[in-house]
Amino acid sequence: MTTEEATTARARPEPIKAVPVRHPGRWVAVAVLAVLTAMFVHLLVTNEAFNWSFMVDKMFRPPIIEGLLRGTVLMTVSAMLIGVTLGVVIAVMRLSDNPILRGVAWLYTWFFRAVPRLVLLAVFGNIGILWSRVEFGVPFDTQLGQLFGIDNLQLRLFGFSSRDILTGFMAGLLGLALSEAAYMAEIVRAGIQSVDPGQTEAAQALGLSRGQLLRRVVLPQAMRVIIPPTGNETIAMLKDTSLLLYVPVSVELFFQLDAVGKRTFQIFPMYVAACLWYLFLTSILLVGQYFLERHFGKGYGTAQRARARLRTLAAETGGGGAGGAGTP
Amino acid sequence: MTELSVPQQAAAPTSESGLMVRAEQVHKSFGPLEVLKGIDLEVRSGEVCCLLGPSGSGKSTFLRCINHLEKIDAGRIWVDGDLIGYRERGGKLHEMRDKEVAAQRQAIGMVFQRFNLFPHMTVLQNVMEAPVLLRQAKKAQAREHAAELLDRVGLGDKLGAYPGQLSGGQQQRVAIARALAMRPKLMLFDEPTSALDPELVGEVLDTMKDLARDGMTMIVVTHEIGFAREVGDHLVFMDGGVVVEQGDPREVISAPQHERTKAFLAKVL
Ligand SMILES: Nc1ncnc2c1ncn2[C@@H]1O[C@H](COP(=O)(O)OP(=O)(O)OP(=O)(O)O)[C@@H](O)[C@H]1O
Ligand SMILES: [Mg+2]
Repeated sequence: MTTEEATTARARPEPIKAVPVRHPGRWVAVAVLAVLTAMFVHLLVTNEAFNWSFMVDKMFRPPIIEGLLRGTVLMTVSAMLIGVTLGVVIAVMRLSDNPILRGVAWLYTWFFRAVPRLVLLAVFGNIGILWSRVEFGVPFDTQLGQLFGIDNLQLRLFGFSSRDILTGFMAGLLGLALSEAAYMAEIVRAGIQSVDPGQTEAAQALGLSRGQLLRRVVLPQAMRVIIPPTGNETIAMLKDTSLLLYVPVSVELFFQLDAVGKRTFQIFPMYVAACLWYLFLTSILLVGQYFLERHFGKGYGTAQRARARLRTLAAETGGGGAGGAGTP
Repeated sequence: MTELSVPQQAAAPTSESGLMVRAEQVHKSFGPLEVLKGIDLEVRSGEVCCLLGPSGSGKSTFLRCINHLEKIDAGRIWVDGDLIGYRERGGKLHEMRDKEVAAQRQAIGMVFQRFNLFPHMTVLQNVMEAPVLLRQAKKAQAREHAAELLDRVGLGDKLGAYPGQLSGGQQQRVAIARALAMRPKLMLFDEPTSALDPELVGEVLDTMKDLARDGMTMIVVTHEIGFAREVGDHLVFMDGGVVVEQGDPREVISAPQHERTKAFLAKVL
């Protein structure tokens, strides 16, 4: 007691005034970087090859904007939607008790992860060679017919010309989505496996079916693990739409910029324009990802508490429903 | 207590005799390790059966066999006259489909050592999720029933809380309410108080005592000798995958016949 009083009673010591440690290395680094930056800016401003005015004039032209909206943005969204959905299905197959489903899922991921996307897209771009018409029906119908002495038996249910369905866009979408599904399947599988097996057990003990417990118990908890890498996948997908050049898909940003460059013999400025467009688009996604990860990366407890607060708020306003998504 | 309409199988030997659970020569191995070496057990309706035994003796495994979370290798288990996991037709056993197994599990509640509440749902959602999903009740009814059950386990003021915000004892009581929400005719408890701080054990045991008083048939794996003595109607001591000794809890605890039971009780008491 007395000692404590004594210390608090004593005068506060003088704040420390020491000579700080000097960092000469930092100053050297700053100087070097300043020189390099100046050189780079000089290059940008003075080198004729950039042809800035030409680039700015061309990069907002309607065909390029259309390519950006359809071939890049719409393609990214559609490929990711199909990829995620199919990826969940394949992940669930991969974890099923059925050895055939497991085998098929393994084969799928093996194939689509082993073939480079660029090559895959080139293949899908030319897949129309296999069939002039895409038809669904009994396989080997003509051959089977011959066995029974029937000439030219055709058991086809429906069909369409492959040129109608496998346009560049559809072929490209198919290639990107199928490839994405393989990567998403691995991500979803890791997410599902991260959930405590006790959760599945408790749901089973209550009498929930496999589908029900997956949908209501396991997947919602796996989301915490699934969402951050899915953000990375989306950004990678946005960049990979530039590979559609090899399908080819003409309504696409890079295809259009490349075409303008080749037509006008101003290839370099158009490639710079491509860099700027992709920087712009991925930056938007990076901002979105930052907020998503901040939301899902939080300690489970605090995120729950935040939702609990929302929930009580909702209850107070009279809408506090249970049994699913019901927050305002 | 149970107005559940579970499809009744062809008259099985147990249903008339007032037996809720009957296990006959249950064997279970994990690879080369034989965990259950022929368990015979009978639990009457409304009875509390306490299962005791050293760690690794197969208590949890046996409990999990009763609701078919584990498939048994040999033997038979009946719950309320229904053969668990299989259908006997023409002297042959047919494996049940997942759906049928799930339907059987609906009538058997289970409470785990580590609670296993769904962390992404509120307490109320945890309790009403299964009855709503399985169309046992309309949403409004299920909510009412869930609130009633939570009130009964003393958590009427925690409906909107998430499991992470509750103490272990509260979580375990929610888990009990969640199991009761399916209106089971049998409740299985696997060391429900082992993961709890000592001062929280009492509240969970009290909830279980209430349940026993209301006539619920219960099989309880526990190291709480006091609970077994006070509430248990029947005590089964297991060791090494077999039932070593069984009988009236008070008698077995005060005068164990078998050496292994004596050694175990000496350690726990
Ligand atoms: N899924 C499994 N795979 C392999 N071995 C298992 C599995 N489950 C249990 N075992 C083994 O079976 C034996 C019995 O386990 P069980 O959990 O039934 O014991 P217990 O009596 O409940 O013990 P405790 O009091 O520690 O809970 C143990 O040796 C355990 O390692
Ligand atoms: Mg155990």
